[in-house]
Amino acid sequence: MSRVQTSDTVTKGPRIGESALRPDGIPKVKGEFVFSNDLRHPQMLWGGTLRSPHPAARIVSINTAPALKMTGVHAVLSSEDTEGMPLYGLEHPDQPVLADGVVRYQGEPVAIVAADHPENVRLALEAIEVEYELIEPLSDSKLAQEAKAIHPDGNLFRKIDLIYGNSQEDGEIIVEGTYEVGMQDQAPLGTESGMAIPSEDGGVDLFVSTQWLHADRDQVAACLNLPSEKVRLTLAGVGGAFGAREDISLHIHLCLLALRTGKPVKMSYSRTESFHGHVHRHPAQMWYRHHAKSDGTLTRIEARLLLDGGAYASTSSAVLANAACFAAGPYRVPSVQIHGAVVRTNNPPCGAMRGFGCVQVCFAHEAQMDKLAIALGMDPVELRLKNALKSGDQIITGQTITGTAPVAEVIETCAQHPTSVGAASEQMELPGGAGRTADPKNIVRGEAIAVGFKNLMFSEGFDDFSTASCQLLDGVATITCACAEVGQGFVTLAQQIAREILGVEEVILAPASTSNVGSAGSTSASRQTWMSGGAVKSACEEVRIRLLSRIAESHDLDVESLVIVDGGIASLSSNFSISLKEATIESIEVEETYRHMPTHPLDENGQGDAHVSFAFSAHRAVVDVDQELGLIKVVELITSQDVGRVLNPLQLQGQLEGGAAQGLGLAVLEEINVVDGRILNPSFTDYLLPTALDMPPVEIAALIEQPEPNAPFGAKGVGEPPAISSTAAVASAVRNATGLDLQRVPIRPTDIVFSEKSEND
Amino acid sequence: MGVIIAKSLNEACVVLAENPATTVLAGGTDLMVQANRGMQSMDSVLDLSRILELKEWTLKDSEIVLGAGISYTDLAEPQIATVVPALAQAARTVGSPQIRNAGTLGGNLATASPAGDTIPVLVAMDAVLQLKSSSGNREVAITDFITGVKSNALQAGEIIQSITMPVFQGPQEFLKVGTRNAMVISVVSLALVTDYLGRKLRVGVGSVSPVPFRATEAEEFISQEFDWEKNSSLSEKVINKFSDMVADSTKPIDDHRGTADYRKHAVGILAKRALERVCANGES
Ligand SMILES: Cc1cc2nc3c(=O)[nH]c(=O)nc-3n(C[C@H](O)[C@H](O)[C@H](O)COP(=O)(O)OP(=O)(O)OC[C@H]3O[C@@H](n4cnc5c(N)ncnc54)[C@H](O)[C@@H]3O)c2cc1C
Repeated sequence: MSRVQTSDTVTKGPRIGESALRPDGIPKVKGEFVFSNDLRHPQMLWGGTLRSPHPAARIVSINTAPALKMTGVHAVLSSEDTEGMPLYGLEHPDQPVLADGVVRYQGEPVAIVAADHPENVRLALEAIEVEYELIEPLSDSKLAQEAKAIHPDGNLFRKIDLIYGNSQEDGEIIVEGTYEVGMQDQAPLGTESGMAIPSEDGGVDLFVSTQWLHADRDQVAACLNLPSEKVRLTLAGVGGAFGAREDISLHIHLCLLALRTGKPVKMSYSRTESFHGHVHRHPAQMWYRHHAKSDGTLTRIEARLLLDGGAYASTSSAVLANAACFAAGPYRVPSVQIHGAVVRTNNPPCGAMRGFGCVQVCFAHEAQMDKLAIALGMDPVELRLKNALKSGDQIITGQTITGTAPVAEVIETCAQHPTSVGAASEQMELPGGAGRTADPKNIVRGEAIAVGFKNLMFSEGFDDFSTASCQLLDGVATITCACAEVGQGFVTLAQQIAREILGVEEVILAPASTSNVGSAGSTSASRQTWMSGGAVKSACEEVRIRLLSRIAESHDLDVESLVIVDGGIASLSSNFSISLKEATIESIEVEETYRHMPTHPLDENGQGDAHVSFAFSAHRAVVDVDQELGLIKVVELITSQDVGRVLNPLQLQGQLEGGAAQGLGLAVLEEINVVDGRILNPSFTDYLLPTALDMPPVEIAALIEQPEPNAPFGAKGVGEPPAISSTAAVASAVRNATGLDLQRVPIRPTDIVFSEKSEND
Repeated sequence: MGVIIAKSLNEACVVLAENPATTVLAGGTDLMVQANRGMQSMDSVLDLSRILELKEWTLKDSEIVLGAGISYTDLAEPQIATVVPALAQAARTVGSPQIRNAGTLGGNLATASPAGDTIPVLVAMDAVLQLKSSSGNREVAITDFITGVKSNALQAGEIIQSITMPVFQGPQEFLKVGTRNAMVISVVSLALVTDYLGRKLRVGVGSVSPVPFRATEAEEFISQEFDWEKNSSLSEKVINKFSDMVADSTKPIDDHRGTADYRKHAVGILAKRALERVCANGES
């Protein structure tokens, strides 16, 4: 997929479609990049958080006096000390800034401290006396709806009954299954960190790693009881996000401490604290029944979905909407009945994570498609192709796909791509890896394909927009946009767009901040290339129009005859030319707000044009399994993806590789083990991310480039699909290798070794 | 906080004698994890990493003496690996390259984790530790040294100087189960060491009891069944019985890394595979 660079582009900065090296790439490798955790201020204090050790308890009393008396301690705050809105939340506020009388999950913040040294923070936190009265935690999501409410808002975040088509008939072939997905963590390498600096106007400047500056600002300002212009957020160096930074974590705490002490305050979560301090991927329990004709045509799907939202709402309701809308997979189904619910429990709160509700259902619907293929005696690829959605079809919400939908293309290219793996030649390459547990004779191999899809951008009538400005002065373009760069590639894309449209070489990207531009929306939902890319494109185009008309006017030329070439403006109808630098001695500046096509809420039957656009992907996995020990090695991962248009090949490859690694992680390794509301493995010792020995190279079979109508440059978002179908493909391949049902991910060694036993239990 | 970087073993012993509460630091791969969790005092620290004597090793009279400061990377080098292959294999399963460069044999033993990867090998070989303090030297057998989960027989002021073990003739195997293919704490592990001269198969197991131990009954059985002349392959029945006897000798627990049932099952599989490899090795 590497693109030939013309001699022209070697000297010029990358345009649209060319690989652009990230400016932060080499500094990160060398350890020179300034992450939010590296922020320093000569007068700064350190902040820390006292967290509930219990998943459910009443707070009888909090005594901060002993901590306040300690050396170096400047402030100790509990819920009594806050004056603004006591609750926050991304969709609606239901989560206390500091626990007020009750704690609902293990790790919930109870008090915060500012002191002159991290060690004094630690000692002060230990000195705070909290008396708890324990409550039996509600830890089983199946019991949540009947159980006594654990929050004034009740235990049901949302339920959706999606009904499409009216046939209730049984198909000729029916397959049924129950599936479960464990709790995955985004595990960004940079833990939550930031610094708040009080300002002279009584406001506060917050430097923080986040995904959505303006949504943070509004929540922070409300909780501080300050007008939003007095709370200014600037993006600090982000060490990965994947959804974990869409919610507030330490933001309000930092500001409270800074305002109370009048000093800059820095906070940085430890790894363990980070596992407790951000939302996770929703664990899911799913029941499915697929109906088909004997030729493989899907006739009906029934499903029940139960997501565990944990203690607070976060984005649970939108995650459920996605799970329901995409529950059938990228297939044509004339009749669908889905009951979905997302509930509150005393488990860790869940919210956004790459794939957002689609990951869970993809694992289930693809397992069902495999089951159906076996029941039909049909090739699984053929079955998928037979039912594949295409442009003009309806999805199960009754929405017609008006954009591109190359589902058959991603399946075919992925299925046909030649395999490049032989048998493992070294013991290290077998399941068990460095542990030397397997010999070739202990291994079975399996292979499978899976397909998934997801909505791009925000859905259900949300007013989704991004704002960007472009200033052109002295031949240099400056782009200002509050889009959070969390690794997705906006830093290079904004420059590529400006160069492409304005013909400039030098493009400056101003810091992302709430103080100099409007909201860019969240860096999530695979939306920033489309949305902030769209805003930058509009702003640059308007600057170009104004520039050319200004030149046409001042030199008495026909504006239609003007072109931008080689860093200058020339007329095609005369020999007039002027360099861009000269032409922009007087600056031109434009701010534009970009919106995608409006969407609509789902009706009471889960029907409606709720989504903007869809992106599809397929993965094919080859796995080796040691059945006696239950150990797995993924030896090959092949993918095809519907991308609309490739804007930056190198960055795109990075997204495909990283997303597949996260998907593989969920299939075979990554799980937060929660028992009775408590996390058993809040560290990288036991939360196992894939290593280089677990993750094979990602082979890109095809990037399907069918330009998406209405999308800037025809490009679709690409960040999430790689994390959706990869989990399903790996899990299916393990099923294919072992012949076992394996209804749960991550697949644990015991699931393979004791499968028959657990079946009979 | 004071850090003393000792240049010699004697100097280190003097420092420890003067202040027995001093924290001994080698590679820091266990200690710093504890320190970062606030569970380890770092008020005064004695660094052993510059003491060259602790990194030496010698081979004499069918014995190998390994300095306690030898890193995993060095244990996996051919000079040592050819003499004690199972120890080199165990060293290679540890952590990542960074951890193997920093982590030491002495640190693994002092930590005395049930999952410490070198311990089953040393147990199988009846290794002996040389401990040194300003008041003298003493020797302790590995099984006496490790006294429980993360507890050892070190007395105030003592440093592990070296570890001595016999050099055995015959193939050796170390196998370790972890859920991830690298960089993972052992769920179960097993070392199998053949001693052609003594006509004995030695088996050490890890992560299946508070302290790694030798499966002596299984050893007795298989040492009798083993074909010491031709080392031909064993019958399935014998292999399975050995596997069962090893599994039955363990008392594993359930934890978030694995269930007791799985551990018992897996250690049996490791026993079987190690034995098959040892036979196959002898044939070739
Ligand atoms: C990421 C990671 C992965 C790991 N993977 C593994 C693994 O796969 N398998 C495994 O077994 N372990 C593993 N460990 C644990 C650790 O690396 C080993 O136990 C290592 O051998 C410890 O040695 P060290 O030199 O780093 O000891 P240190 O951390 O310096 O010290 C550990 C303890 O031993 C004491 N000590 C050290 N040397 C001496 C001495 N000569 N005399 C007396 N006391 C001494 C110290 O006082 C301290 O109490 C891992 C650790 C990390 C951080």
